[in-house]
Amino acid sequence: MQELVNIFAKAIFIDNMVFAYFLGMCSYLAVSKKVSTSFGLGIAVVFVLTVTVPTNYLLQNFVLQEGALAWIGPNFADVDLSFLSFILFIAVIASMVQLVEMLVEKFSPALYGALGIFLPLIAVNCAILGGSLFMQERNYANITEATVFGFGSGIGFFIAIVAIAAIREKIQYSNVPAPLKGLGITFIVTGLMGIGFMSFMGIKL
Amino acid sequence: MADVDVLEKEVVEKPVPKPKEPLFSKKNRKLLSDPFDDNNPITVQVLGICSALAITVKLQPAIVMALSVVFVMASGNVIISLLRNFVPNRIRIIVQLVVVASLVVLVDQVLKAFVYDVSKELAVFVGLIITNCIIMGRLEAFALGNKPWRSFLDGIGNAWGYGIILIIVAFFRELFGSGQLMGYQIVPESWYLANGGFYSDNGFMLLPPMALITVGVLIWIQRARNTKLIED
Repeated sequence: MQELVNIFAKAIFIDNMVFAYFLGMCSYLAVSKKVSTSFGLGIAVVFVLTVTVPTNYLLQNFVLQEGALAWIGPNFADVDLSFLSFILFIAVIASMVQLVEMLVEKFSPALYGALGIFLPLIAVNCAILGGSLFMQERNYANITEATVFGFGSGIGFFIAIVAIAAIREKIQYSNVPAPLKGLGITFIVTGLMGIGFMSFMGIKL
Repeated sequence: MADVDVLEKEVVEKPVPKPKEPLFSKKNRKLLSDPFDDNNPITVQVLGICSALAITVKLQPAIVMALSVVFVMASGNVIISLLRNFVPNRIRIIVQLVVVASLVVLVDQVLKAFVYDVSKELAVFVGLIITNCIIMGRLEAFALGNKPWRSFLDGIGNAWGYGIILIIVAFFRELFGSGQLMGYQIVPESWYLANGGFYSDNGFMLLPPMALITVGVLIWIQRARNTKLIED
């Protein structure tokens, strides 16, 4: 149990998708103008990550890894399909995103309208594929750990995007130099937030 | 959002088929040169930042990354542009992802075979070229509505516009962060405090947040020179 809590906290604070690895930057910068839309995108990302990371974990352990196909028969024991992982992971992600899109359209048309083009773009949100690739790299022990990692990374992204949206709403009333307005100041503020998050790095879990 | 406007405009503006346009006509050259300044993928279109920042600690991985993106982008643009009349609109995203993913697998295997060290350093970020928004963005916005040759030029132009920012950022980060360029010592050894000098490296430049701040400053400089890009 403690192991799970550690993975969760680590995924949110120490290995934060946005501030430590710059993943999901595109949607992070593009959708963070208003807190309400960024809230919706954050939720969508949490959901997609929580679903895709364990799915890809199963794929990785029962199809792709070297020796993973041993359950079919002894002839397959030394097959290594890991070079296919990008294609399979992205296929899982694209179909999951399609699913989320249909669900959101059905149950929350307002949110669907607000998210607009960025919902299908979750498929190409680096944070999602990054979650699966980090899962592959870090060799989690079982599927629960992988799920917790996916959920934690999602929450990390959620916190980051809602925080920057709140700051950007406030910054509109500040007197920023004209060439720095909009994109420039957002980059610099993100950098400063990243420095803040770095203070978590010293924590050993 | 400026980038969305740009994307929509380009889809609508299908080039009128003219008989015999020279290969490097003015319009085609603009496709190559625009992404360097007025329409830079990173600083103006805000695409492809995801993988751009994490690999700019050193110059060499940044250059390898830039070359990989040039390859993936140019070939992806050409392939999608050739397929554009056969792919049903509904499944186009999946088709694009499959094409890009296959190209990235190629790049990944080549890197592993020839420059293993760099490939280790880039780690997951080679895979993340698939989800690099700049590639999907250009496929959607340009390759789906244009002929292969124009798409090819657009791919090269945008990938270099992206690569150039990567290389500039990596140049400053490696120079100030570790006093080296491409792994060679640039700042003389005798300058360092340890050898009785006055200089010490700014280790802060190597940390992730400085990449963001460097790009922020680049945007600042670019927009101060090119005032029509300023947002209001």
